[in-house]
Amino acid sequence: MAEERRFRSASGVPIALRRHQHSASCRELAVRGPRLQLRSLSAATSAVWLAAYGLFAISENSMVLSAAIFITLVGLIIYLHFVKIDQESLLVIGSLGIQVTSSYASGKESTTFIEMGQVKDVVINEAIHMQKVIYYLCILLRDPEDPQGVSEVVPLFQSSKPRLDCLIEVYKSCQEILEQRKTAPQ
Amino acid sequence: MVLKVFFPSCCSSADSGILIGRWISEQSSAVILAVLHFPFIPVQVKQYLGEVQRVTKVSVSVLGSWSNSKQEKEERLSEFLEDLGTIFCHEPWIQISKEGDSKFWSCSTLQKHSKNPQEEEIILVYYDQRKVMLSHLHPPLDTAGQGPEDASKLSAIFDTVARSQVLFMTDRYDEGPIKLTHWQSDGVEASIIVELLKQASVPACMLLTFLLSLLSGICRSRVLKFWPLSFLWSKLSTCEQLGHRLQHLQVISSNKKAQNQNQLMRKANIFVSLLVDVALGILLLSWLYRKNRIGHLADTLIPVADHVAEELQELLQWLMGAPAGLKMNRALDQVLGRFFLYHIHLWISYIHLLSPFIEMILWYVGLSACLGLTVALCILSDIIALLTFHIYCFYVYGARLYCLKIYGLSSLWRLFRGKKWNVLRQRVDSCSYDLDQLFIGTLLFTILLFLLPTTALYYLVFTLLRLLVVVVQGLIHLLVDLIDSLPLYSLILRLCRSYRLAAGVKFRVLEQQDGKPLRLLMQINPLSYGGVVQTYRLPTYSCYPRDSWASLCKKLFLGELIYPWKHKGDKQN
Repeated sequence: MAEERRFRSASGVPIALRRHQHSASCRELAVRGPRLQLRSLSAATSAVWLAAYGLFAISENSMVLSAAIFITLVGLIIYLHFVKIDQESLLVIGSLGIQVTSSYASGKESTTFIEMGQVKDVVINEAIHMQKVIYYLCILLRDPEDPQGVSEVVPLFQSSKPRLDCLIEVYKSCQEILEQRKTAPQ
Repeated sequence: MVLKVFFPSCCSSADSGILIGRWISEQSSAVILAVLHFPFIPVQVKQYLGEVQRVTKVSVSVLGSWSNSKQEKEERLSEFLEDLGTIFCHEPWIQISKEGDSKFWSCSTLQKHSKNPQEEEIILVYYDQRKVMLSHLHPPLDTAGQGPEDASKLSAIFDTVARSQVLFMTDRYDEGPIKLTHWQSDGVEASIIVELLKQASVPACMLLTFLLSLLSGICRSRVLKFWPLSFLWSKLSTCEQLGHRLQHLQVISSNKKAQNQNQLMRKANIFVSLLVDVALGILLLSWLYRKNRIGHLADTLIPVADHVAEELQELLQWLMGAPAGLKMNRALDQVLGRFFLYHIHLWISYIHLLSPFIEMILWYVGLSACLGLTVALCILSDIIALLTFHIYCFYVYGARLYCLKIYGLSSLWRLFRGKKWNVLRQRVDSCSYDLDQLFIGTLLFTILLFLLPTTALYYLVFTLLRLLVVVVQGLIHLLVDLIDSLPLYSLILRLCRSYRLAAGVKFRVLEQQDGKPLRLLMQINPLSYGGVVQTYRLPTYSCYPRDSWASLCKKLFLGELIYPWKHKGDKQN
């Protein structure tokens, strides 16, 4: 039971939301951003190499060229492994917890699992980001000392920044599962 | 509530039997530890479980039945398995059955005394038993201070598996009434090298303890406590570092077994750090003594010291003229300049006096690099301190002179305005002075004020030089601290056996089939490298910085002496 819909992010880039229902109390929601474009990759590489060639023409030192190649390679690896996030997904398992995963372009996945006992609620909040006001989805964590208080706010989908329509879909799916724990006998 | 069954992946292909594990009722989850095969006598099973419960303090019990049917003989077996539920009464009785090689198992529960008769959902979570048993769950750093009742649900599961090690000691080759399947049922694993090392470590530790007690006895003897020597030991950073390493050796060679994970990791970290340090030191030693590099180093030491002294002399000549176009008071300038020049002359003669012995001293001192790279770096820092001792002296003279001048100026300025510092009440009060007091005071004030630029310039130049030396020494100490405090064993463990250091878990959804329970795979989420360093950092003996930037600037302005590092044993003032 997987369905995919297209939306836009806060900066206008097209993103896709995929919803997968594994069972009655388990849902997976994944937001996929655009892949790395060959255009921008070749533009960046050519710019660096042109600058290196210009420096070589001035200084007549061939180390500049090998340094430029090295910098390009290392920079590309660092960008793919640490910066470019391809997909962010949310796995909600009723009565176990919520798992937030970010997959990078190099295949690395960074996962955080929050147990259901610590989750107070999932809400949509507003924030001032650069020169815009954007909406973001976040998980509120329970404070162990104060039953009404919130100890931490965990923001979700920080790299893809979907707009409100996409966030509402995700919010509705999450709330359907979170409500089950209120009706279940403890 | 949803029922969660944690099933070890090693038991997926086990023969039919009953499930042994722990039932955690608050979370409605069942942690399966092993499968017990037919034939068995229920009384013996209960006895065995009672013994296991006594030893491990984990409430192990029979949770349900497991049927792995490779042929079709269901009917008799299913009734038999339901009857078992009446013998080992457990609420709820879990029945898992697998047909042939299918991945999708059917799971059901029997509730005799249930209040709600509806079918509750079952989640099947597979876990790797060996990895969960060996792993150590690290709580997030901000919740580390909470009590055990706030412990997360997952830590209960990790705890259960880790403490049931005695259950995994019997394998299927043992002759006994109980036949279990778990991760070690194919044979208990052990390593000969590890066992030999364990046997050898006991006498080695005893020998090391004896040697260390001798050494610390010598160090603490009264001979070394007389005033000039004890002052020298406290100033040399080499002695601090050696004392620190001695402490580390004492920690390693103690006979007490490590009580918990933290102590064990600490001991292992100290051991690996010492080994790496000594290995690097011996590498450095072999590099220095090959091709007589240390002789070349000693030969260049005197010319370098000479060069530094010449540069200082040129600087002083420049200051005695018109430095940067500023006009100095000629008399004071000449006095100060000649005083410092004479000092440098004394220093040069002293160095030249020492020059025949330098090579021999350096040769023997260089041998102590075999005690570790940190010791070699500390020796380097001490040599720099000794060679730039004259800069330190100049800084102290300049600072004291400037400080006196500033205090004199502020006190006379108060007199000029007709006020006085009240020591009793720690505040400025008005005071009526006599005419001759005012006259002499104003005269002195004028003299000090016009001599201020000269003194200030000397102070500025020597403070900058001193700060340069301090920065170089600081960098060396930073490197020494880094080598001292880096938890190398934990980092290597994180690299090679990342499941041992767990920050949490992650779930992966496996293939599903309608009508069957939800299948999840639980994997261990390892701690990040930054988290490993933060949790297992070894404590060091010095702390930076001593002063904040604001108080440092204030001290510089007033001319108070700056002591850049503070050691943990120093008294706070």
